[in-house]
Amino acid sequence: MNYQWNWGVFLQPSASGDDTYLGWMFAGFKMTIGLSLSAWVIALLLGALVGVLRTVPNKVLAGFATAYVEMFRNVPLLVQLFIWYFVLPELLPASIGDAYKQSNPVMQQFLASMICLGLFTSARVAEQVRAGIYSLPRGQKNAGLALGFTLPQTYRFVMLPMAFRLVVPPLTSEFLNIFKNSAVCSTIGLLELAAQGRQLVDYTAQPFESFIAVTLSYIIINVTVMTLMHKFERRIAVPGYIGGK
Amino acid sequence: MYEFDWSSIPGALPFLWEGMKVTLVITVQAVLIGIVWGTLLAMMRLSPIKALSWFAAGYVNLFRAVPLVMVLLWFFLIVPEFVGQLFNIPRGTDMRLSSAMAGFALFESAYYSEIIRAGIQSVPKGQISAASALGMTYSQAMRLVVLPQAFRNMVPLLLTQGIILFQDTSLVYVSALADFFGAAYKVGDRDGRLVEMLLFAGAVYFVICFSASLLVKRLQKKYSTA
Repeated sequence: MNYQWNWGVFLQPSASGDDTYLGWMFAGFKMTIGLSLSAWVIALLLGALVGVLRTVPNKVLAGFATAYVEMFRNVPLLVQLFIWYFVLPELLPASIGDAYKQSNPVMQQFLASMICLGLFTSARVAEQVRAGIYSLPRGQKNAGLALGFTLPQTYRFVMLPMAFRLVVPPLTSEFLNIFKNSAVCSTIGLLELAAQGRQLVDYTAQPFESFIAVTLSYIIINVTVMTLMHKFERRIAVPGYIGGK
Repeated sequence: MYEFDWSSIPGALPFLWEGMKVTLVITVQAVLIGIVWGTLLAMMRLSPIKALSWFAAGYVNLFRAVPLVMVLLWFFLIVPEFVGQLFNIPRGTDMRLSSAMAGFALFESAYYSEIIRAGIQSVPKGQISAASALGMTYSQAMRLVVLPQAFRNMVPLLLTQGIILFQDTSLVYVSALADFFGAAYKVGDRDGRLVEMLLFAGAVYFVICFSASLLVKRLQKKYSTA
C-alpha cells in the first residue's frame, strides 16, 4: 500500500483560512468536553433524584421513576437524539418552537445534544443510585425510623450519605460513557471531535493522520478521566467496605 | 399545533422490514462472533503467557476507550480502502454491510470478553484444582468444567449486551446504510413526515427492547433459583 504520510498537515492553514487544521481538532475537543460535562451535570442531578424515587414506598412516584428509566434505556441514543432535535421543536407551542428554530444553529445542536445525553445518562445513573441504596444493610433504614426520623429524614441523614459514596465507582464508567456517547451527536452536525475528524478527512485528504489523531484524543480523554476518578474514588471510599481504607 | 399524519407508515412497512433484516443480521452475527472471539480474548487475558495476556488487555482497553461511532467511521471510510487494495476489490464496490458487520463484531468482542472474564473468575478456583487433580489438562478443565458453569451464570448479561447491541446498530446511520432506523429516516425525509417516522421508529425499538429485557429478567429468575 503506497500511502503518503504527512503529519505536517495539521499545521497547514485550514480551508476557512483563519485557523490551522490542528485548531479545528482542538475546537472539536473543546466541544466534546463542554458537551459531556454539561450533560453530566444534568445526568447526575436527575439520575440521583429518579434513583431515589425508585426506592420509595409510594407506588405512584416509584412507578413514574421506573417508567422514566425504562423509556430512556429501551430506545437507541441516536433515535432519542433525532427526536429531541427534529421532533420536539415541532410539537412545542409554536412560539417556543419558532424561537428555537430561529436561534443560532450551533446553539440548537448543542442544546438538543446536551438534553439528550443528559437524560439518556440520567436513567443509567438512576439505576446505579438505586443499586447503591439497595446495597445498604436494611437495618440502617429501620434504625433511622426507630429513632423517630421521618422517612425523608432517614433518606437525608442516614441512607443517602452512605449510598452516594458507595455509588461513585460504578458512576465512573457512566462518566466515561458520556464522553464516548457524545460522538453520536456528530450525526446532527454538531462539530465535536468525531465530526471534526470526518471534516479533516474531507479537507486534508489525509484520512489516516486525521483519524489517528481523533482516536488518540478520545483515548487521552478516557485515560485522564479514569486517573482522576480513581483518585476521587480513593478519597471518598467508605472505610470498612471493599475498596475502602 | 402540529398535525400528525401517519398515513405514510403502512405503505412503507415492506421497506422498513428490509431495514429491520439488516439490523437483525448485524446484531445476530455480532453477538455470535462477539461471544466466540470474546471468549478467546478472555482466556488469553487470564492466561499465564504474558504476551497473550497483554495482547488481550490492549485489544479490550483500546476498543473500550474509543466511541463506537469512531470505530464505525474507521470501518466505513478507511478499512475498505485498505482491504480493497489488499484483495484487488474493484473501487466503488459497496462494502458497507460487511464493514458494519466487521466493525460491530470486533467492537462488541471487547465488551463480551469483559463479561466472560468476570464469568470465568466467578467460578471457584477449587474447580480448576479439582479438574487438574483428576488428570485433566488446562484446556480440558476450561472446556469441560469452568466454561459451562461460567456461561450458565453469564447468560442474562450476554443477552442484555445483545439488546444494547441491537440498539447500537442504529449507528450505521453514519454510513447511510439502510438498517431499520436508516429506512425509517429515509421514508420520513422523502414524505416530509420525519416527526411521525422518528416517533414510530422509537416506539418499535422500545417495544422490542422492553419485551426482550422482560424475557431476560424471567430467564434470570429461572437460572438463579437453579
